[in-house]
Amino acid sequence: MTRRQRRLTMIGGSLAVLAIAAALVLKALSDSIVFFSTPVMVTEKHIPAGKRFRLGGLVEKGSLVRGDNLAITFKVGDGSATLPVAYKGILPDLFREGQGVVAEGALDSSGVFRADTVLAKHDETYMPKEVADALKKQGHWKDDYGEKSHAAEAGQPAPGAAGAARGATQ
Amino acid sequence: MIAEAGHYALVLALALALIQSTVPIFGARLGDPALMNVARSTALAQLVFVLGSFAALVTLHVTSDFSVVNVYENSHSLKPLIYKITGVWGNHEGSMLLWVSILALFGGLVAAFGNNLPLSLRAHVLAVQAWIASAFYLFILITSNPFLRIANPPIEGRDLNPVLQDIGLAVHPPMLYLGYVGFSISFSFAVAALLEGRIDAAWARWVRPWTLLAWIFLTLGIAMGSYWAYYELGWGGWWFWDPVENASLMPWLAGTALLHSAVVMEKRNALKVWTILLSILTFSLSLLGTFLVRSGVLTSVHAFATDPTRGVFILLILCVFIGGSLTLYVWRASALKQGGLFAPISREGALVLNNLFLTTACATVFVGTLYPLALEVINGDKISVGAPFFNLTFAPLFVPLMIAVPFGPLLAWKRGDLLGAAQRLFAAGVAALVAIAILWAWTSGGSTLAPLAIGLAVFVIAGALVDLAERIALFRVPFAISARRARGLPRASWGTVFAHAGVGIALIGIVCETTWNSEYIGSMKPGDVAHVAGYALRLDGLTPRQGPNFREMVARFEVSLDDGERLGAMTPSKRNFTTRGSTTTEAALMTRGVSQLYISLGDTRADGATDVRIYHKPMVLLIWFGPVFMAFGGLLSLSDRRLRVGAPKPARAPRELQPAE
Repeated sequence: MTRRQRRLTMIGGSLAVLAIAAALVLKALSDSIVFFSTPVMVTEKHIPAGKRFRLGGLVEKGSLVRGDNLAITFKVGDGSATLPVAYKGILPDLFREGQGVVAEGALDSSGVFRADTVLAKHDETYMPKEVADALKKQGHWKDDYGEKSHAAEAGQPAPGAAGAARGATQ
Repeated sequence: MIAEAGHYALVLALALALIQSTVPIFGARLGDPALMNVARSTALAQLVFVLGSFAALVTLHVTSDFSVVNVYENSHSLKPLIYKITGVWGNHEGSMLLWVSILALFGGLVAAFGNNLPLSLRAHVLAVQAWIASAFYLFILITSNPFLRIANPPIEGRDLNPVLQDIGLAVHPPMLYLGYVGFSISFSFAVAALLEGRIDAAWARWVRPWTLLAWIFLTLGIAMGSYWAYYELGWGGWWFWDPVENASLMPWLAGTALLHSAVVMEKRNALKVWTILLSILTFSLSLLGTFLVRSGVLTSVHAFATDPTRGVFILLILCVFIGGSLTLYVWRASALKQGGLFAPISREGALVLNNLFLTTACATVFVGTLYPLALEVINGDKISVGAPFFNLTFAPLFVPLMIAVPFGPLLAWKRGDLLGAAQRLFAAGVAALVAIAILWAWTSGGSTLAPLAIGLAVFVIAGALVDLAERIALFRVPFAISARRARGLPRASWGTVFAHAGVGIALIGIVCETTWNSEYIGSMKPGDVAHVAGYALRLDGLTPRQGPNFREMVARFEVSLDDGERLGAMTPSKRNFTTRGSTTTEAALMTRGVSQLYISLGDTRADGATDVRIYHKPMVLLIWFGPVFMAFGGLLSLSDRRLRVGAPKPARAPRELQPAE
């Protein structure tokens, strides 16, 4: 082979691999991307049942109900709308009522969001970035959110610890 | 006083870096050895001052001086000493100081051990190193000064984020930074080569040990971080395709490609222009990683900085260095002399293939990591790209790479014999097929792809062994001669065997863990027994315990085999850190061979039942043994006489700057 032919083989091979990779990326992007919504966006956009998305908002105070076999229901709100969420499993350490949460799953036919993952992604102020941005956009953001959650925590022990302490005294 | 001294030392380091970034360049232009030698002394002095500054911050943390903001926000007087020290880099300011310290360390090493480098090359390399250092000193001093004081010092600190109070933090960030920042050396060498317009095989021989060193640390750093996430976050996951993880994976992929292309350049004087580009790209990806993690554009467990001025500053650094070096590359690369010829089927060809797949895989990770950010900036849509995306793109690109790995070392330079290599790999192929057959017959459930993937991994490991057997002529000559040959084999060849086998080992762990992982999730009361994968775990009870700066509930599980043989106790716990009012889950692990049992606790309810998550993770430890093997291979290769720092001699006597050809 001449130098030129060798170079062409090399370039041809590289382009082929790059083309395959590009095709894979485009296919994967159209298949596996998950969009983010807040409860009010869910009602506005009429997301069909069964379509996966990420739901973000604040866990409504007093809405957390623990059923049998780790079944959990709670409501997620963003100030304008709320959406019931059902989840089965162990909640992450950072899950608190009144604070931000992001859950991944899909709506069922009765309009309940069936979450298969509750994400433990938080910054130090217990407010996921997507949720904070969405709340700011909708005008429900108060600058002192971070401060308040800190103050609230200092006053009372975390629910998990309180539960554990109760378990011990029995 | 210590804080002011640390601050002052940092300012002096900046001043030295500014001198180091200009004077040697003028020296090289004028051909004045005295001016060029300024680089050496300033680099060493800079190292002394940065280390002084870092030591000052460590002292402040150890003595719990809460009049310093950084200490107040991230420390607590009751915190154990080890976490007082590691807490120094558990926050934004401190970790940036660690970053520049390591940068200065590498610069100092080049200055101290680079005596055999041509004077002008060393001057250029250290000058480029100082450009990077100056930018980051400015960044620290302007936006992230760790030595700021509080007017009215509080009595007690706010404590370190509890998730970070772990031995993993002592090791993971320094390792990762040694890797990230280590690639700055190959970057500086590349830019210096472009500035000088001259590059030869000796250049590759100088660059390779530094790249290898950085790569070893990055490999161990990533593995360490992955194991830390596995046991600390309580989910039993070891890789989340989180942008922060991708930020470290991208330089690793590019760095791995760079290691291999540097071999071609060193041995065959080919692929020069490509190697230079890879050096630039690898460090650019390291800078990008620093930007992603430190600017707060992503929110994840690792991102603690949220101040936008920092983000803009790092973005500026990023643009100047990546844009500048790529412009220089476009302008000067055509001037570099072309290298040697080789056929597509040859060792060089195989290494090109390796580079092609590694860089393409790196590009897909890049797209998956940055596309959501770009989309959000462009039209405000928030999307998440998770594991499915990477499984669909990354995995198909890695399969051909894995198949090619055993062939590479068996092909000759210049012109290889593919058929001959395939014949010699016959044994490895048989081993892979046997493994697939056994797995198909033995296992039930899980993906049908799993046995195939394990077969591929066995092929890679067996291929590495075949390469070794070929080199020492095992079974063809008497064993004593083989043994002598094995002793005489260059360490670099042993390194290749270990590193390639490590890839296969990690793959086996990954496939087994994801396919045959079994779990039990449920509520348990004391006395309840859970059965997972042939193990019986009985919850004995929960006891409270007081730690130095936390309270914890410890659950005790009796573990036995289903047939009754007692194995021991596991004690997962739930910790409550009073200062921050936050809880962490401390998982309990029991190692059985290379498999593990894993228990993490959820909430305890009013009726005394505790939510429990129990996993059996088969072969999971192989996931981290693999990288350890790879790093060990790298270490062997680094200890090769040929690559020993200080050994290389230039191919030609260094000439004065010559015009581009």
